[in-house]
Amino acid sequence: MRRVATRWVVLGIAVLALVLAGVVSRFADSDPDGLTRVSQDHGFAHTEKGRDGLLGGYSGATGVLGVLVVLGLAGGVTYAVRRRRPRDEQS
Amino acid sequence: MHVPDGFLDAPTSAATGAVAVAAVGVALLKARNELDDKTAPMAGLVAAFIFAVQMLNFPVGTGTSGHLMGGALAAVLVGPWTGVLCVSVVLLVQSLLFADGGITALGTNIVLMAVTTVLVGWIAFRLLQAVLPKRLSLTPVQAGIGAFASVPVAASVFVLLYAVGGTADIAFHTLMTAMFGVHTLIGIGEGVITCLAVGAIIGVRPDLVYGARPVLARRELVIKKPAVA
Repeated sequence: MRRVATRWVVLGIAVLALVLAGVVSRFADSDPDGLTRVSQDHGFAHTEKGRDGLLGGYSGATGVLGVLVVLGLAGGVTYAVRRRRPRDEQS
Repeated sequence: MHVPDGFLDAPTSAATGAVAVAAVGVALLKARNELDDKTAPMAGLVAAFIFAVQMLNFPVGTGTSGHLMGGALAAVLVGPWTGVLCVSVVLLVQSLLFADGGITALGTNIVLMAVTTVLVGWIAFRLLQAVLPKRLSLTPVQAGIGAFASVPVAASVFVLLYAVGGTADIAFHTLMTAMFGVHTLIGIGEGVITCLAVGAIIGVRPDLVYGARPVLARRELVIKKPAVA
């Protein structure tokens, strides 16, 4: 089997995430999710304390921004705690 | 299943917050052993991918939707401890930037969607891997089954938390029936998405899938045998 270079896999997942968040998300079902629906059906939806997020709601543009923020934050955290090669440990 | 502020009372939220802090703290220490040259570049991407797919609500029954939680997917792709970190980052960003899930409920959401789904998904995956034939083609299916199981279990943990500190008086069995039922359906979507995503990466680079390593190690031994003889 021909080995696909890591950078193509990385690029592929990144592009896919951006397209899903930026474009495909507009076709997402807008009905309430499982917990929200159960809270409506069983009369405790009103106990929710709503507030606004820094970016407001989800849209293609804010979704793309969200993907980039998550990528930076999760990538940064995991990069910081990763296992270094022996030569890195010495330096 | 993002829990908003107000569903659970302050003591319960504080307790889940403490559990979440402890879990993320341990994950920060333990993830180090999972993050090597292969998994480290994948971890941030897996989190970004989970964030994107969580935007894609799919219909379950009439007037209800569900979306990926991603704990099982992250655990299989980059390892369980790294998976906890990935989903926790997703939940943090969703809460702060999109008000998707409460601020005081962040600990609850980490316990439910980062810790519980990773734990259930990973344990189920590893059990299936132990009892089924060691074939790479089975890895996506095993991941999908683990993912499927993780969703109703996470929903059940929410119901248990609600029984302890819910702010409205809802009968336990009523809430359990409703939550378990709808999240079993959502779990099917979780299982399918997880199976497809793991299968796609296994198709091109199985060595990048953390959960496939036991199978790959075994396969390499088999291949090398005739060369020695």
